[in-house]
Amino acid sequence: MAEAKHRSFSFQRVFALTVNTLIELTRQKVFYVLLIFALLLIGSSIFMARLTFQQEFQILKDVSLGAMSIFTSLLAIVATARLIPQDIEDRTIYTILAKPVPRFEYVLGKLAGVLLLLAIGTLVMSAMFLVVLYTREQTVLHETLRQMSAAPREQVDDALRAVRSSALNLDILPGVAVIYLKACLLAALTLFVSTFATTNIFTMVVMVFIYFIGHLQATAREYWLQEQSAGWITHALLAFVALLFPDLQTFNLVDDIVAGAAIPFALFAKTAALGIFYTTIYTLLAALVFYGKEL
Amino acid sequence: MIRFLLVLVIVLVVGAAKLPIERELSAIHRQEHFRGIEFNLDLREQLGQLGFIAALSGFRSIVADVLFIQAHVAWERTEWSRVLLLFRQVTTLQPRAILFWDMGAWHMAWNASVAAMNDRSQPRFALRIKAQREYFAIGKDFLERGIKNNPERPQLYESLARLYKEKYQDHARASEFFAKAAAIPGASSYDKRFSAYELSYCDGRERGAYQRLRQLYDAGENERLPTLITRLKFLENKLNIAQDQRIPDPGP
Repeated sequence: MAEAKHRSFSFQRVFALTVNTLIELTRQKVFYVLLIFALLLIGSSIFMARLTFQQEFQILKDVSLGAMSIFTSLLAIVATARLIPQDIEDRTIYTILAKPVPRFEYVLGKLAGVLLLLAIGTLVMSAMFLVVLYTREQTVLHETLRQMSAAPREQVDDALRAVRSSALNLDILPGVAVIYLKACLLAALTLFVSTFATTNIFTMVVMVFIYFIGHLQATAREYWLQEQSAGWITHALLAFVALLFPDLQTFNLVDDIVAGAAIPFALFAKTAALGIFYTTIYTLLAALVFYGKEL
Repeated sequence: MIRFLLVLVIVLVVGAAKLPIERELSAIHRQEHFRGIEFNLDLREQLGQLGFIAALSGFRSIVADVLFIQAHVAWERTEWSRVLLLFRQVTTLQPRAILFWDMGAWHMAWNASVAAMNDRSQPRFALRIKAQREYFAIGKDFLERGIKNNPERPQLYESLARLYKEKYQDHARASEFFAKAAAIPGASSYDKRFSAYELSYCDGRERGAYQRLRQLYDAGENERLPTLITRLKFLENKLNIAQDQRIPDPGP
C-alpha cells in the first residue's frame, strides 16, 4: 500500500488543531466565568435604567456593547496567552510537532481555535443583546400606542418612528463585527508576544500595556507627523509608538453607533480590512518567531 | 539575533506601510464627526483617574453613561452646579449623542432656571432674574455646541427653536431654527408647520408667514390643523386679505 504523500500545508491538519484548541478552551473555567458575567451584564442592563425610552435604549446599548467589547478583548488576551505555554507545560506540543506538522500550521490552528471561540462568544452575546433590545422596543412601542390612542395619526407615527430610531438599528451589526475584528487582532498580537515570552503572565501584562498604548497610538501618530517643534527624543519616541503599535482607537466605532451616528460602508470596509491586515501580519510574525523557538 | 532583527525590521516596515491607511481612517472619522474628543489634561481633571483610564481604553460611552446617571441623581437632589459639571463631562465624552446635549440644555434652561427664580435664599429679584438668564444662556450653549458636533441631525435645531420660543420669546429665531430642522432629512413632519406658526408671531413678517401657512393649508387635509387655521385666520384679518381669497370658516 502506497504511503499518502505529505503535503507542506494541509487544511485538515489545521482544522484538527483548531477543533482541539476550541475544545481545550471551552473546558477552561475562565471562558464560562467571562461569558456568564457578560451575559448577566447585558441581561441586567434592561433593569438598570427606568428613564425615558431614549435614555433607556442608549444605556442598554452602551452597557451591552461595552460588555461585549470587554469580554471579547479579555478573552482574546487571556485565552491566547495560555495556548503555547500550556502546551509546553503539558508537553502536548512535543507530541504534535514530532509528527509532520509544520510550525506554521500549529500556530495557525491554535489561533483559529481562539478566533472560533471568540466568534461563538460574540454570537451568543449578540443574540442575547438583540433579544433584550427587541423585547424592550416592543414593550415601549405598545406603551406608546396605548398612551397615544387618542392622538392624531401623524403624531402617533412620529412617536413610533422616534422609538424605533432610538432602539434597534442595523448600524449596530457592523459595530459588533468591528468588536470581533478588534478581538481577532488582539488574539493574533497576543500569540505573537507569547512566542517570545517566557510565561503567560508576562504575555498578559505586556498585552495590557499594548492595549492602552494602542488606544493612544492615533494621538502619538498625529503629534509625530504634524508637530515639528518637539525635540528629537520626543519625535523618536512618538515614531516608535506610531510604527510599532496598532491603532486600536480606530476599532471603537460602537461609541458613535450607540450615539446614533450612521457608519458609512467605506469606513466599515476599510476598518475591517485594517483589522484583517493586522491579524494576518501578527500571525505571520508569530509563525516566524515560533520557527526559531527552541522547544 | 538575526531572526529578532528580521522581526523588528518587518514590524517597522509594516508600521510604515499601515500609517497612510490609519491616517485615512482617522480623516474619515473626523469628517464623520467621530472622535470629537481630545484626551488632554483638562479631561483628565474632569473625569478623575479611573474614568480617564476607562475612556482611554475605548469605554468612553460607558463612562459617559455612568456620569449621566450621576447627573440624574444630582438633578433629583437639585444640585445644579453638579448637574452642569457632569453634563459638560458627558457631552465631552460623547459629543455625538444627541440625548446628552438635549438633556443638558433642558436641565439648565428649564429646570435650573426655574429653580433660580424660586430661590428663596436670594432675596433680590433682579439677581434671581440674572441667574435665570444665565441658565438660559447655558442651555443655549449646550444646544449650539451640540449642533456644531451634529450638524446633520434635526433634533437639536428643534430643541434650540423651542428654547428661543419658550424662554426668550424670540419667535424669529425660533422660526429660523424650526426651518433649519425641517430642511434636514429625518426631521419631524411638524417642524415646517411650527416654523410658519412662529413666523406668524413676528411683527413685520406677516406676509411671509401668511404665504407659508397658506401653502401648508393648500397642501391638503392633513395640514389643516386647528392651530394652522387659527393663525391663518388671524393673518387674513391683519393683512386684510380679500374675502374671495380667504380660507372657509371651519365647520361647527
